[in-house]
Amino acid sequence: MKILVLISNVPDTTTKIRFTGDNTAFDSTGVQWIINPWDELALTRAVELKEAGAVEKITVGNVGRQTTEPTLRKALAIGADEAIRVDAEPEDAFFVAIQLAEVGKDFDIIMAGIEASDYNGSAVGGMLAELLGFNSVSAVSGLNIENGELIINREIDGGSQVLTIASPVVTIVQKGIAKEPRIPAMRGIMMARKKPMNVVSPVEAKAKTEMINFELPPPKAACKLVDEENAKELIRLLHEEAKVL
Amino acid sequence: MDFELTEEQQLIKDTVRDFAEREIKPVAGELDENAEFSYPLTKRMGELGLFGMTLPEKYGGQELDTLSYIIAVEEIARIDGSQAATLAAHNSLGISPLFEYGNEEQKMKYLPQLCTGEALWSFGLTEPSAGSDSRGSKTTAVLKNDEWIINGSKIFITNGSADITKGCTVQAVSGEKGGKKIFTTILAETGTPGFTQKTMHGKMMWRASNTSELYFDDCRVPQENLLGKIGEGSHIMLQTLDGGRLSIAAMGLGNAQGAYEMALAYAKERKQFGKPISKFQINAFKLADMALKIELARNLLYKACWLKDNGKPYGKEAAMSKLYCSEIAKEVSDEAVQIHGGYGLMKDYDVERFYRDQRLLQIGEGTSEIQRIVISRLIGC
Ligand SMILES: Cc1cc2nc3c(=O)[nH]c(=O)nc-3n(C[C@H](O)[C@H](O)[C@H](O)COP(=O)(O)OP(=O)(O)OC[C@H]3O[C@@H](n4cnc5c(N)ncnc54)[C@H](O)[C@@H]3O)c2cc1C
Repeated sequence: MKILVLISNVPDTTTKIRFTGDNTAFDSTGVQWIINPWDELALTRAVELKEAGAVEKITVGNVGRQTTEPTLRKALAIGADEAIRVDAEPEDAFFVAIQLAEVGKDFDIIMAGIEASDYNGSAVGGMLAELLGFNSVSAVSGLNIENGELIINREIDGGSQVLTIASPVVTIVQKGIAKEPRIPAMRGIMMARKKPMNVVSPVEAKAKTEMINFELPPPKAACKLVDEENAKELIRLLHEEAKVL
Repeated sequence: MDFELTEEQQLIKDTVRDFAEREIKPVAGELDENAEFSYPLTKRMGELGLFGMTLPEKYGGQELDTLSYIIAVEEIARIDGSQAATLAAHNSLGISPLFEYGNEEQKMKYLPQLCTGEALWSFGLTEPSAGSDSRGSKTTAVLKNDEWIINGSKIFITNGSADITKGCTVQAVSGEKGGKKIFTTILAETGTPGFTQKTMHGKMMWRASNTSELYFDDCRVPQENLLGKIGEGSHIMLQTLDGGRLSIAAMGLGNAQGAYEMALAYAKERKQFGKPISKFQINAFKLADMALKIELARNLLYKACWLKDNGKPYGKEAAMSKLYCSEIAKEVSDEAVQIHGGYGLMKDYDVERFYRDQRLLQIGEGTSEIQRIVISRLIGC
């Protein structure tokens, strides 16, 4: 089996978000980039499956400019065998899905994170399955391969669902797919140097959406402390200011 | 001049930071409190390849540069001094002399298991009568019938008596020439009759690191356990300490970085007189001074690593880095406690541990006074 793990290059989750150009663009100055946390868990699971002998090769795929290469190099250090980078600005989910469909044809399993922690679009995985004509399951929190058969676990309200599915398949994974993201070993980091980083040109595609502008949530108001004895005041505030009662 | 880390060095920094935050931080306080050496964390450091980082692959190393190794020590020390001590001592004092001076047979015998972290190796220089003055050594080694017979004792030996300690590189007096002692280094394996290892208790700092007394009582080891040549002992020990100074410096830098980050976060959070205490100029300036010292320390240390990696002499810069990084760790952790007020004195706050852990750094591997002697000689005084 061959796995393609989609890797989105996203700002570190503790980044202070700022915009430029009158709130029309994300300000990436000084931002530290990481592997999208769900993608990192997907990759960890793929590596576990490879170590168990159920998978021959892991490829990681990304649509992005050269600045995403350190993130892909980390994926190689964690245990992917090769990386494919489609050299284009990831304009929107549709654009990204078109590009990935081009490189994803020959895989048995494609693993996509349920969302990327930057725009939380939750769209690429589903679109990609449709474009490739692959089966697809979302909210996957467990993936096993037994005798060549894919066994999928989905956490659903009040329980879990187990299903089998024929490959090729796009699995859209969420938390639980792996316990903790794998920390690469120094050996892995050293070997990542020598692993292929394939850069391919994008295919012609038009984004379906356009970013108009961004808005930050209003700053949190200061916390109001009400004296213990002053329950009346608290109720008044909850009524009139917070309007929750 | 290029001040950027390479992509690989940056990835190593991020990776070790991630490991230290996820796996060491949650347990560091408790290990310190219980003065417990952590076998699981030592194993994990081995799995991640933090031992033998600069060694060739054939001995189980990772073939990385000195700077990568120093960054790893710095990142561990940013979270915990004890684990950084285990790491730095095993690499710089345990593995390094075996690699630099061992013959092929010795290297193949010991290094692979030392690089995985399955086994540890220690470095026995200090004795009750030989601290700063290593020539005060009284431990003797006599070659008789193809065996070295070792007698004497060592004190304060890091990683000297853990359950997985495989042995120690022992400096001993092997004779005399013109009224001067001849020093020779010999490998003594755990389990050799006459070799006793005793863990020292009651440390104020590095409480979760293993520190030991070693006793040799007619301890016989085969002749081939000689490391390097007869009479080369002092040279081997002093060269090893040059490299070791970089890792002590990295521990100082990491300690200062960790204490500074805690102080900055606390100062922004803690309110007195209606505003965060970071808004009082005296505290803001303290934090500015901390940031400045750390920046200077890092530039000095990384430059010393760069010199070493480029095959240039680095002894002076190593001594300067050891001295400066350890002294700023003292200053920064002290002010970090001050910024925490009374809370900084409580074990609930990690800064208390950082304040204790830095104290060894101005003493171990050559005291601050000795570093000044070394530097003053190197500048021609
Ligand atoms: C936790 C810990 C771990 C250690 N790990 C190891 C290890 O793994 N291997 C090992 O071999 N050793 C190890 N040591 C020993 C350490 O290197 C020595 O403690 C150190 O070299 C100082 O020696 P000393 O303690 O005997 O102090 P002394 O040499 O007695 O020094 C006492 C004071 O006198 C000053 N002094 C001495 N000579 C001079 C001089 N000429 N001019 C001015 N001032 C001077 C010193 O600077 C110091 O302030 C460790 C120590 C500790 C505490």
